[in-house]
Amino acid sequence: MKTFTFSVRTFKEIIRDPLNIAFGLGFPLVLIFLLSAIQANVPVSLFEIETLTPGITVFGLSFMTLFSSTLVSRDRESALLRRLYTTPLTAWDFILGYVLPILPIAVCQCVVCYIAAVALGLKITVNILFAVIAIIPVSLLFVTLGLLFGSILGVKQVGGVCGALLTNLTAWLSGVWFDLKLVGGAFEKIAYCLPFVHAVELERAVLSGQTEGVLLHLAVVLAYTAPIAALAAALFCRQMKK
Amino acid sequence: MEAIKTVGLTKRYKDTVAVDNLDLTIEEGELFALLGVNGAGKSTTVNMLSCLTKVSDGDAFIKGHSILKDEKEIKRIIGVAPQETAVAPNLSVKENLELMCGLYGFSSEEKQKRVDELAEQFGLTQNIGKKAGKLSGGWQRRLSIAMALVSRPQILFLDEPTLGLDVIVRSDMWDMIRELKGNTTVVLTTHYMEEVEALADRVGIMKNGSLLATGTVEEIKEKAGKDRFEEAFVAIVKGNTEDKGGDVR
Repeated sequence: MKTFTFSVRTFKEIIRDPLNIAFGLGFPLVLIFLLSAIQANVPVSLFEIETLTPGITVFGLSFMTLFSSTLVSRDRESALLRRLYTTPLTAWDFILGYVLPILPIAVCQCVVCYIAAVALGLKITVNILFAVIAIIPVSLLFVTLGLLFGSILGVKQVGGVCGALLTNLTAWLSGVWFDLKLVGGAFEKIAYCLPFVHAVELERAVLSGQTEGVLLHLAVVLAYTAPIAALAAALFCRQMKK
Repeated sequence: MEAIKTVGLTKRYKDTVAVDNLDLTIEEGELFALLGVNGAGKSTTVNMLSCLTKVSDGDAFIKGHSILKDEKEIKRIIGVAPQETAVAPNLSVKENLELMCGLYGFSSEEKQKRVDELAEQFGLTQNIGKKAGKLSGGWQRRLSIAMALVSRPQILFLDEPTLGLDVIVRSDMWDMIRELKGNTTVVLTTHYMEEVEALADRVGIMKNGSLLATGTVEEIKEKAGKDRFEEAFVAIVKGNTEDKGGDVR
C-alpha cells in the first residue's frame, strides 16, 4: 500500500511535466515520421518502418532514464525526500516506487510508436504485441539506470549525463541510425559488448517473428539490468543512510 | 513524563563536531525551542532525533524508543517539517495531504476525513485543488507543516518553520503552532528571539554543537542577568553572562 501510494506520486510527477510528455512521446513520434519521410524519398533499408520502429522504441527509452534520474535527483536535492525518510516508507518502498510507475509510461511510449508505425504502413501482426511485451525488460534496464544516476548525481549533472551523454550513446551504439558494420572494428565490438544494440536487435527480431538470437539479446540486456538494478538500489540506500 | 531524552548524543563529520555530547530532556506536551546561531548544531540534533542522520556517539530516546534500535517505531510517532519547504510540487494541496495519509496506511474514509480536517485547520481549503508548486512561500510552508501533522504525531519537529516568511504569515504560523501546544510535544529550531518568547515553554541555547543553557525565557534572562531575552542570548553565546551562581544550565 505504501509502495503503491509512493508510486502514484512518482507517476503523477512525471506525467504532469509537459517537457516529459514532449520528449517522451513527441520526440520519438517526430523521429518516426521524419525518418519515414526521408525513407520515402531516399530509400535506406535501415529506415524501413519494420526496422526503424523497434529502434525508435528503444531509443525513446533513454528519455525514461532522464525522467527517472531527474525525479530522484530533484527529490534528493529538495526537502521532500528527507521528509519522506521520516515516514514508515522503507528503502524498498522507495526503490520500487521510483521504478515501477515508469514501466507503464515506457510501455505506453512503445505502443504509441507502434500505432504511428501502423499508420505509416507497418503490417498489423501479433508480433507487435510481443514486441511491446519485450520492451518491458529493456525498459527496466533504462529505468534502473535512471535510479542509479539519480542516486549519485545532482539535477544539473543528470541533465548532462542522461540528457546528453546517454541519449547519444544509445543512439550511436545501438545501430538505430546507422549499421554498426559500416563502422566495424573496435567501435562495433564495443557496441556489441554493451546492451543497447542487443535491445534494438531483440525488438527487431521479435517484431519480425524471428526466434534466432532473441534469447541471446534478452540475456545480454538482463545481464546488464540485474547488476545495474542492484547497484542502483545499493547507492540509493547509501545516500538514504547518509 | 519524558518525551525525548538524549544521552551524550554526538555527531562528528571528519574534523568537525556538529553536536557534542548533548544531554537534554524534553517533557511530554512541551514546546521546546532550540536556539542558536548558524552552525550551532540545531538542525543536526533534529536530524538525529528524527533518524535522518546517523549518530556518532550516545543515544536518544523518543517516548522510550532508542533512535539507534527502534527507528521503525519512532517513525510512526514523529512528524517532521524540514527547514526547506517539503512538498511535491506537481501534486495538488489535496494530493500532497493524501500522499502522507497513504504512507501512514490510512483507509479511504480516514484519508478523506484527515485531509478535510487539516485543510480546515491550516486554512488550505481555498487552495485545495492548486498545485503545491504554484503556491506562495507562506502557503507552501503551511502545507508543509500540515503534512507533518497528518499522522497525528506525538512529537513534532519544526526546523525553522517561519524562516523567510513575512510578518503576517509568521503571525499566522505562530497561531497554528500555539494550537498544538499541550497535545503534541513540539521541538522547534529557530533564529528568531521573538518566536521563542512567543511560543516556547522552555529554551535550549546551542553553540558549536554544545548546549550552553536550558530553561524558560525568564530563567534564561535571570541567569544571564539581562532584562531582554535577546541580550541574554547574546551574552550566553558570547560567554558574557553576569555571575548569578555560575553555570547558566
